[in-house]
Amino acid sequence: MSKEIQYKELLKILPDDDILQQCIHCGMCLATCPTYEITKLERSSPRGRIKMIKSVARGEMEMSRIFADEMNFCLDCQACETACPAGVQYGRMIETARVVIDQTEYVSKFSVEIKKFVLRKIVASRNGLKIVSRFLWIYQKTGLQKLIRATGILKIFSKNLSEIETLSPLIADKFSDTQINEIELPTGEVKYKTAFHFGCLMNTMFADINIDTIDVLKECGCKIITPKDQVCCGSLMGHNGDMEFALKLARKNIDAFEKHDYDFLISNSAGCGAFMKDYAHLLEDDPDYAEKAKRFSSKVKDVMEFFAEQKPELTFQSVISKESSTRLPDRQAEKSSSNDIQQISLPINRDRNDNHKKNQNVTYHDACHLIHAQKISTQPREVIKSLPGVEYTELEEASWCCGSAGIYNVVRYDDAVKQLERKMNNIKNTKAKIVLTGNPGCMGQIKHGTQKFNVDVEVLHPVTLIKRMLKK
Amino acid sequence: MDQYTAEKLKSMVGAKNYFDSKEDKLVYSYDGTPIYQQLPEAVLFPQDEEQISQILKLANLEKFNVVPRGSGTGLSGGSIPVDNSVVVVMTRWNKIIEIDEDNLTAWVQPGVITRALQKEVEKLGLFYPPDPGSLNVCTIGGNVANNAGGLRGLKYGVTKNYVLGVEMILPNGDLLKTGGKNMKDVAGYNLRDFIVGSEGTIGIVTKILLKLIPKPTKSITLLIYFDKLTDAGKTVSDIIASHIVPSMMEFLDNTTINCVEDYTNIGLPRNSEAILLIEVDGRGGEVQEDAELIRKIAVKNNASALKGAANEEEAFVLKTARRSAFSALARKMPTTILEDATVPRSELPVMIEKVSKAAKMFDVIIGNFGHAGDGNLHPTCLTDERDSKAIERAHLAFDFIFNEAIKLGGTISGEHGTGLAKKEFLEKVAGPVGVDMMKKIKKAIDENNILNPGKIFTISPKCEGILPAKREQIKDFHV
Ligand SMILES: Cc1cc2nc3c(=O)[nH]c(=O)nc-3n(C[C@H](O)[C@H](O)[C@H](O)COP(=O)(O)OP(=O)(O)OC[C@H]3O[C@@H](n4cnc5c(N)ncnc54)[C@H](O)[C@@H]3O)c2cc1C
Ligand code: SF4
Ligand code: SF4
Repeated sequence: MSKEIQYKELLKILPDDDILQQCIHCGMCLATCPTYEITKLERSSPRGRIKMIKSVARGEMEMSRIFADEMNFCLDCQACETACPAGVQYGRMIETARVVIDQTEYVSKFSVEIKKFVLRKIVASRNGLKIVSRFLWIYQKTGLQKLIRATGILKIFSKNLSEIETLSPLIADKFSDTQINEIELPTGEVKYKTAFHFGCLMNTMFADINIDTIDVLKECGCKIITPKDQVCCGSLMGHNGDMEFALKLARKNIDAFEKHDYDFLISNSAGCGAFMKDYAHLLEDDPDYAEKAKRFSSKVKDVMEFFAEQKPELTFQSVISKESSTRLPDRQAEKSSSNDIQQISLPINRDRNDNHKKNQNVTYHDACHLIHAQKISTQPREVIKSLPGVEYTELEEASWCCGSAGIYNVVRYDDAVKQLERKMNNIKNTKAKIVLTGNPGCMGQIKHGTQKFNVDVEVLHPVTLIKRMLKK
Repeated sequence: MDQYTAEKLKSMVGAKNYFDSKEDKLVYSYDGTPIYQQLPEAVLFPQDEEQISQILKLANLEKFNVVPRGSGTGLSGGSIPVDNSVVVVMTRWNKIIEIDEDNLTAWVQPGVITRALQKEVEKLGLFYPPDPGSLNVCTIGGNVANNAGGLRGLKYGVTKNYVLGVEMILPNGDLLKTGGKNMKDVAGYNLRDFIVGSEGTIGIVTKILLKLIPKPTKSITLLIYFDKLTDAGKTVSDIIASHIVPSMMEFLDNTTINCVEDYTNIGLPRNSEAILLIEVDGRGGEVQEDAELIRKIAVKNNASALKGAANEEEAFVLKTARRSAFSALARKMPTTILEDATVPRSELPVMIEKVSKAAKMFDVIIGNFGHAGDGNLHPTCLTDERDSKAIERAHLAFDFIFNEAIKLGGTISGEHGTGLAKKEFLEKVAGPVGVDMMKKIKKAIDENNILNPGKIFTISPKCEGILPAKREQIKDFHV
């Protein structure tokens, strides 16, 4: 195909003119863009990228290496969408632009194929991810990395392979779906009928968090249905240009959950929650699924959102540990100091919390897929502040992307680290001992940051903190 | 611009601070102003005063034009490139050089973001009041060049009230230093005040000395709903006439309320014809008294509801919502042409009505909002630049609005500057003698007319008829 015809073909899939036209180049989004902050160049800003996409889409400018590079430099964190008063759908533009550049000579065919393979065959397939995770687990435990490094397979992703290795969190030795029953019942009466999506990363890399989530939900009086035939939510594929495959997964999930009776579909992974809430929109033109998707999406709740809205009752140990004032106790210590117990609902009002000794200094990092994609920011804070004994310090620039951004920290490690460094400095300044965040990607990235920048802080999902505080 | 000049510029600022790819030219072809755009020949990020001076000297020699630029949020086209020009971007000059707590002053570089400076001084209990809607993004340099106003202009004034001194490189490459920490200074012409608002046409500002004030300790923020537009206007005039000076008195009409509510979801009254966002501040009991008096005036003028912000956070949310007004209006239509008509405050109710009338007469959608306390309105035409008929009607509506404003003793631009977008109206306001004097001053300072030429005024035949809808229609900007 001649270059020109090829471009024309590509241009067809860029967003339609009305979407492109929406940006009035006012610049209100510049201040929130992590990549603009680094270069101070207009081309690394949302406004600049939109202008370039617009020009390419209208055939006024040819695609180029600079164009491709700026599109890939973007974190797709969507902070600009939150900041944009005009309602510009930046996410759609950048994601389509990336599909287009993946087909040009500016991105190597090989890496595109690998990306597709990894996302379709490994992440999307539970067994695939399990095999890889199991492999990573062995890899971490045995020092197999030397062998891998010699083969150079992973070099296509990035030159800093040795750094990236530490990005993969310590894999749980058991996956959560094997430990969670299809139907879990609370000890007392059933107050809420819920369903649970266990997420692919959460299931394999962070299985403990899933178990914690189930435990806490049970304490709240939830009946939890976890359909065994559910699949990956499709978010990573959707955001990386493979929407067709993502929608296949969406339909499978809708079918899997449709069979059950529940009021809330709980997700503890910001990325999955955001994407599942979007099914309604993504499938609105599918006559068979439009209605079902709407029903499905309307029930999806992030776990913190669920707590903040339903205010379930929980029984906490009100004094966590009498000995240690900074570190969380281990389970042994918890048991020995459980005589002071209090029943409260989440989120409780401050007065009651104020009666407790403040011995847990925590802060909170907003996952992009919670704050920007789902507009959830006050709810987790409300819940966290209400936990007995918690001394909450707000994190400066809490909503600034940590650099994890899907697979960005793997494919653009150096750029991701610049954002991570900024995040770790802010975390350090809070003097908090625990940083909470509601997304597996952010957890992995920030954990990596604690090692790389030597910051003494524990990285937890909020549900894990709640679980630790529950009466045993 | 020829290859030789390009190479010279590149060696002056260094290859990594010189950009001339088509992508870079493209993304510096616009600022916040609708419709106008033009490609520069190159984009430069000079590192120090000496480099700026060299660039300007070379421009005189090689006859190319230089356009200074901050964050590019301007709404009158001040930093849009002109023919055969290079853009000089100042955003990397972003150091706060000194905060002098004894003299209540701050030395800053021009690329400091307005909000960043405010945050720093507020940590010390000090206050830098000018707060344009774009404060999170715009630069102090851009504020000085445009004499930017803001929400707090009513009580605290605009940028010019806070500029004590300026250092700038003149078009011939000389460094001018004027003003200083003295609160009073009458030696010679007041160059400093002339520089503020000069829109980057007489020099490139490199350092600014700003006045700070103690931070007010108390404030009350009120949101008042009206079922009738004119009642809101009347309330504003009555408050001014009763000698209360709120720190802020902002007006939003129904179209604006709905767009802002679509963006923020904070529960603004979608059915009200207008709302006023009013803040009173100070240090003692007078704050409460003023708020009470305002309440009475609002009730007398048929306000349908009155709410107070419960805490600082809530007040902040309301102000942020107001700041988003201009951009939020773009939700309705893809092109928003915003104007800046300002009238004496007693005439505000009349002006608000004239704007509604213009919308009906010329069949255009106009969202109206603005700094009501200053008599400064931003009627914003919601249109589509791809539809030339609609653009023409917008132009006629604005012609009507400007003429009415001038009849009421008003002006064409309260705060956004004249730039490209409003220069054809300048003579109506400043008069032929005034414009002539401005041109002579410009000629004396910028002999070869290389610095941001064609902005504010022009000597070549002015653009008659409709606003240009395409780049090709835009005339050369040579004076
Ligand atoms: C949503 C929105 C709301 C706004 N609200 C307000 C408001 O409430 N009040 C108000 O007054 N304005 C407002 N503005 C307009 C604009 O933000 C201001 O005019 C601001 O001062 C421009 O700053 P900037 O850094 O973006 O400068 P730019 O737009 O880059 O430049 C503005 C002018 O300054 C010149 N310039 C910039 N830096 C220098 C320098 N170092 N030396 C010499 N000349 C220089 C440029 O040549 C140009 O003429 C708003 C704009 C937007 C998009
Ligand atoms: S994306 Fe939104 S905020 Fe950014 S320049 Fe465009 S309209 Fe303005
Ligand atoms: S998605 Fe994030 S990185 Fe990309 S342009 Fe928007 S704010 Fe910048």
